[in-house]
Amino acid sequence: MRFEKHRDTLTVHLEGELDHCCAQSIRREMDRLLEEPQIRRLVIDMGDMSFMDSSGIGVILGRYRLLASRGGSVAVRNMNRQVARIFQLSGMGQIIEVMQG
Amino acid sequence: MEQKNAMTLEFLSLPENEGFARVAVSAFAVQLNPTLETLTDIKTAVSEAVTNAIVHGYREETGIVKVEASYDHSGKLTVTVSDTGCGIPDIARAMTPFFTTQPEKERSGMGFAVMQTFMDDVQVTSQPGCGTNVTLVKTIAAE
Ligand SMILES: Nc1ncnc2c1ncn2[C@@H]1O[C@H](COP(=O)(O)OP(=O)(O)O)[C@@H](O)[C@H]1O
Ligand SMILES: [Mg+2]
Repeated sequence: MRFEKHRDTLTVHLEGELDHCCAQSIRREMDRLLEEPQIRRLVIDMGDMSFMDSSGIGVILGRYRLLASRGGSVAVRNMNRQVARIFQLSGMGQIIEVMQG
Repeated sequence: MEQKNAMTLEFLSLPENEGFARVAVSAFAVQLNPTLETLTDIKTAVSEAVTNAIVHGYREETGIVKVEASYDHSGKLTVTVSDTGCGIPDIARAMTPFFTTQPEKERSGMGFAVMQTFMDDVQVTSQPGCGTNVTLVKTIAAE
């Protein structure tokens, strides 16, 4: 997983597919990167993601809970239309910031 | 209406078959000349139903997931995903958005809501102890 850290922000770039099968390893990698306590903001870049189903919502919400428990936040960037519909359906916009570009 | 084409897939309930199953159904649906967006809708709905058969129907066990797809002369695509797993005791409750029996596995409870949003119709029949059938329908209008 490609990622950058800048001060308190971790940006991860998701690639390929995010379904139930892929969710476990993506979750594990993100959580390993989030072990650093100074990270309070997670930005998930979906620009190179080709597919996501509701398993992705579970992964994002799980990371949101982790960050929220240390007073942090989660944002997503470069969602395609399909993912945006799943996102909207789940009311994720209420708790997760959607960054433009 | 009379079937114009049909196919059936059977595979073991392993997570690595989720991608294969949704891609196979969308490759079949391509025969109806759908838009890319419609194809993604079908792929996503099939992914939800197949994942449910694997993670909820069979849980820790391994069984057979069956996917049947067909379309008629009007362009109506019907996909049925079946398992012979544990079944659903209360279907209405299971289909309620955010309801999940596996919150500890970070399931979101949004699978049926996604299927309902992306397809024209979703029908579920289930018998506790015998298994579940999920039928997804979408009409692909001729361009
Ligand atoms: N094939 C199935 N066999 C048994 N139970 C199922 C099946 N499909 C769905 N369910 C039940 O319906 C619930 C809701 O399913 P869904 O909306 O896809 O959410 P999730 O998969 O995130 O739990 C599941 O948690 C499960 O209890
Ligand atoms: Mg599901």
